[in-house]
Amino acid sequence: MRKELVDKIKNDPNYIELVTKRTAFSIKLTIAILVVYFAFILTIAFDPTLLGTPMSSDSVTTIGIPIGMAVIVFAFILTGIYTRRANTEFDDLSNKIKKSVKDL
Amino acid sequence: MQRVLTFLILSALTLFASDAITGEVQKQGLNMSAIVMFFIFVGATLGITYWAAKRTKSAKDFYTAGGGITGFQNGMAIAGDYMSAASFLGISGLVYSKGYDGLIYSIGFLVGWPIILFMIAEPLRNLGKYTFADVASYRLRQGPIRTLAAFGSITTVILYLIAQIVGSGKLIQLLFGLQYEVAVILVGVLMVLYVTFGGMLATTWVQIVKAFLLLAGATFMAIAVMAHYDFSFGKLFATATELKDISIMSPGKLVSDPISAISLAVALMFGTAGLPHILMRFFTVSDAKEARKSVFYATGFIGYFYILTFIIGFGAIVMVFKNPQYLDMAKQAIEGGSPILGGNDMAAIHLSHAVGGDFFLGFISAVAFATILAVVSGLTLAGASAISHDLYASVWKKGQVDGLKEMQVSKMATVGLGIIAIIMGIAFEKQNIAFVVGLAFAIAASANFPILFLSMYWRKLTTRGAVIGGTIGLATAVILVILGPTVWVDLLKNASPIFPYKYPALFSVIAAFVGIYIFSVTDNSEGAKAEREAFEAQFIRSQTGIGAEGASEH
Repeated sequence: MRKELVDKIKNDPNYIELVTKRTAFSIKLTIAILVVYFAFILTIAFDPTLLGTPMSSDSVTTIGIPIGMAVIVFAFILTGIYTRRANTEFDDLSNKIKKSVKDL
Repeated sequence: MQRVLTFLILSALTLFASDAITGEVQKQGLNMSAIVMFFIFVGATLGITYWAAKRTKSAKDFYTAGGGITGFQNGMAIAGDYMSAASFLGISGLVYSKGYDGLIYSIGFLVGWPIILFMIAEPLRNLGKYTFADVASYRLRQGPIRTLAAFGSITTVILYLIAQIVGSGKLIQLLFGLQYEVAVILVGVLMVLYVTFGGMLATTWVQIVKAFLLLAGATFMAIAVMAHYDFSFGKLFATATELKDISIMSPGKLVSDPISAISLAVALMFGTAGLPHILMRFFTVSDAKEARKSVFYATGFIGYFYILTFIIGFGAIVMVFKNPQYLDMAKQAIEGGSPILGGNDMAAIHLSHAVGGDFFLGFISAVAFATILAVVSGLTLAGASAISHDLYASVWKKGQVDGLKEMQVSKMATVGLGIIAIIMGIAFEKQNIAFVVGLAFAIAASANFPILFLSMYWRKLTTRGAVIGGTIGLATAVILVILGPTVWVDLLKNASPIFPYKYPALFSVIAAFVGIYIFSVTDNSEGAKAEREAFEAQFIRSQTGIGAEGASEH
């Protein structure tokens, strides 16, 4: 990539918006999955019996089962949220940037 | 190609035929429907390979299927890479024997995916061409970075290959009544054929077909199990706990202490993001948009698959455990309890017989075999690419080599890896190789991932920092695994481990990051200055995709 191209894109408001928004969004979602997963795994490490609590007094199903399933579904939903926003909003910004430097 | 096909089919037929007459009677007996379905699968995949071979003309076709795979297809292929026979049989077997622990284990394997999407997928697609070393060496010195990345890739691939191929030999021996060595050679030969003739296109489509069959088969099993219990989890769990005991509903011994828990989590999360055969798949799609979709679909398929294996594991508890039909009486006489034929990993296979009879057992057995073939092919292609693209074309020839020559070297490397896999597979038959996959993940997390991640996001990274830090990570991972319980105690029979934890990743990943940091910030050479200055242009390309590799024309 040539120097003048780099300088032009670097100061393009669309580029600044893209990088700021996407970085913030990625970090937020990464923290979300890390918090959920580490909360799950560390709960098990510190207190293995907690997730073994039965759902109700006459049931053998423990609360750990729906919680575990929920972690799986949560991971999938997060990827959906990111993909949706990136494939529309972020890609629109990238396309604008690409268009503005097409002649350079 | 056609002659090779005919030869292979004929020789495989003779193998089965001769074995049916002379081979000792295996526990499972010779399952005709399994053999017929296995032949249909092999025939179909060789057909795919033939079709793909005609379309594989350039190096780009060979390494990345021309870059024309869609997000959905690639998601399926990635999920296929992840849903190996080891994870299908291993995780359902773990649920079968330990209950809830199986779920904890599978969740660990899944949570790496969102992080790959948020941090890795897009820059990887925008910066790379054929291998992840393309990205790591984008603004750093080609020689040292590619050598280290290739070394990390090849080590990961070979370890993973050994684990898969030893498992496959035993599985095939049990399911089809073939001799272990014959089974290993058959897998090795088929995988070399797929990769050398059909390249990434064949490897991807074989993986997609298999992923579809595996998901369909597992779905059928899970539905069949649930139908027995009026689709009520409560009833299924109630029966399971009556047969076994209540402990299967709670976390057990898998996660024993916080350090091990975090270390396992780090290995699985960052290890996934450092597996060369997975990273390579991001170059088969046309752009960053499709790369994102790939991860979205892959996460969905993998998550769904893990929910199925959980149901299958419990299904095996209620339908296989204590079922005299699947009881290993010889083993019971010695050890007591109710061991099943072939061990816990066969739980899903026995369940397929319990819910669908001989025919469905045949189907699942053939799918399990297909799974092995597809996964080892992907691994071999990734290893061969590291040899041909990184070591041969970029380091040795300094990029001065044409694509066709590079492709030839890649095919030779494939044959070489096939031979290594067969020899190692036979050599490791009787060894306890449980540590091997863990070691592969630890190396991927401690050497491949930190270099890749920091090269994308950290301006101050220099060649010196990456090489020294990456080597520290790699060495720490290997040494801690050797000194830990799985090798030092279980394999080398020492009384107690020198390093107390089973999973070294927490320590080795930190060592790698600290090493890279220290040796980068203290690097004041001219080269380091230029490398830092080149970051801006690289970052713009990684964020916007300007200048990124596109799909080929045809």
